[in-house]
Amino acid sequence: MDRTLRGKVAIAGVGETDYYKRGEAPEAEFKLALSAIIDACKDAGISPTDIDGFASFSNDRSDPSRLAAALGCKELRFANMQWGGGGGGGSGAIGNAAAAINAGLADCVVVFRALAQGQFGRFGQGPRRNTIRGAMAHTVPYGLMSPAQMFAMKVVRFMHDHKVDQSALRAVSLAAYHHAQNNPRAVMNGRPLDADKYDASRWIVEPFHLYDCCLENDGAAAMILVSAERAAEFDHKPAYLLGSVAGSHYRAGATVHNEPLYATSTFTTLAPRLYEMAGVGANDVDVLQSYENFTGGVLMSLVEHGFCEPEACNDFFTAERFIAPTGDLPLNTSGGNLAECYMHGLGLIVEAVRQIRGTSTNQISDVDVSMVISGPMVTPVSSCIFGSEATL
Amino acid sequence: MSIYLDEGLPQPVADELDQPFWQGLKNGVICLQRCKACQKFQWGPEWICHRCHGDDLEFSEVAKTGKIYSYERVWHPVHPALSAQGPYLIVLVEMAEADNVRLVGNLLGNPHDEVTIGSNVEAVFEHHEAGDASFTLLQWQCTS
Repeated sequence: MDRTLRGKVAIAGVGETDYYKRGEAPEAEFKLALSAIIDACKDAGISPTDIDGFASFSNDRSDPSRLAAALGCKELRFANMQWGGGGGGGSGAIGNAAAAINAGLADCVVVFRALAQGQFGRFGQGPRRNTIRGAMAHTVPYGLMSPAQMFAMKVVRFMHDHKVDQSALRAVSLAAYHHAQNNPRAVMNGRPLDADKYDASRWIVEPFHLYDCCLENDGAAAMILVSAERAAEFDHKPAYLLGSVAGSHYRAGATVHNEPLYATSTFTTLAPRLYEMAGVGANDVDVLQSYENFTGGVLMSLVEHGFCEPEACNDFFTAERFIAPTGDLPLNTSGGNLAECYMHGLGLIVEAVRQIRGTSTNQISDVDVSMVISGPMVTPVSSCIFGSEATL
Repeated sequence: MSIYLDEGLPQPVADELDQPFWQGLKNGVICLQRCKACQKFQWGPEWICHRCHGDDLEFSEVAKTGKIYSYERVWHPVHPALSAQGPYLIVLVEMAEADNVRLVGNLLGNPHDEVTIGSNVEAVFEHHEAGDASFTLLQWQCTS
């Protein structure tokens, strides 16, 4: 028996709500989830009642049985949460949905994420208690409590070990903002960024300037997965899943910053498995979406997926290389988490599919291999590769 | 006793796993978790030894010195208590004499100073008096 997901599943539809500033969504979070799912079904040309599975990540609050009841789904056969890792789980949710379909557990699974922070409180905010116990007692009292602070020391160590300059981080930010100017849905559309503005922007925690940090948004996104045999039923050019991985390396979950391999995006063991399943290498990738919680995570994500050697980052990480359509490695082509929206990476997966379909606002010609690296520097992380029909 | 960060952050409270560590700091010593069978250290504390899976663990005193493994200079205050703090340094210290486990703390001194990875540091015990809720934080200062 062939233990692979390669070519077994296709994306039949994608949907997104508008993206709002944090706390400003005009609707309840659950309603946003429904809207995105209904939008994806319209895109696919199916009835929402045909959905028989739900897969999400990052402790999403929209319960699958409640969604199924609200949508009038005929039956529920798969209800799945990628466990842990926050935004590191987006490609993992895709993999879980694909595995369920491949195994015959369900036929039509929606991968979704919905977020309305005004309703529930700010994602990633530091604790507001008077006392703290457990692992966090060893970090919070020293003023280490936000996501930027949890990751910055990894990036500092990586940049030290491999003599990486700030310009490498800046390149990721400039490319994202450039792409957002062509994308009318991007939150930063109409608000371009140049090198001077980046350099002058305030520090959050070194080496992250303001523009090295992802946005905070309310909104929702959804994608419908079906078995590859059904792809011909749908209007859009199908995007086939070629590979999917999720997990982490030895003792990545050690607390108080004791993971033995520290200066990492957590992909060292996963990237080789991803390429093996997909049957492609880094050189075959036509367009890349790489999750920017912070630009420093993208730095290590690209190195660990084999796009450049760690000592070559200063030469490799340039805006010119990352900008569509002329760059060698178009990166975050709808504006990414920095400049389009922050839907914990599901927006990146939607864009990866658009690139296969030919419908991106920063379209690369002849895309056959479209890759997504989900949330870096956490555990578990995940990444996936989509392919056109030509890759099957 | 001067303290590095402004008052008002959540105060650490010991739990079943790490109580000897916090008690040790109050007494001016660093005690980290070690497996009695393997004689090896691990940190943060776990219920079992990750090497041999035994649960016969103890807290053993270690040297009050280490090396800077990484650091970060924080500018944006993420807690209301830090709204007037200004920039501050968080440091990750590697303990060579405890199987290279790492501890998070603050690096005392001028927060604008350049920090060098690999620098030698020594422990400074920062006592916070609060009656029954007294606690001690483990801070660091450069020695080289």
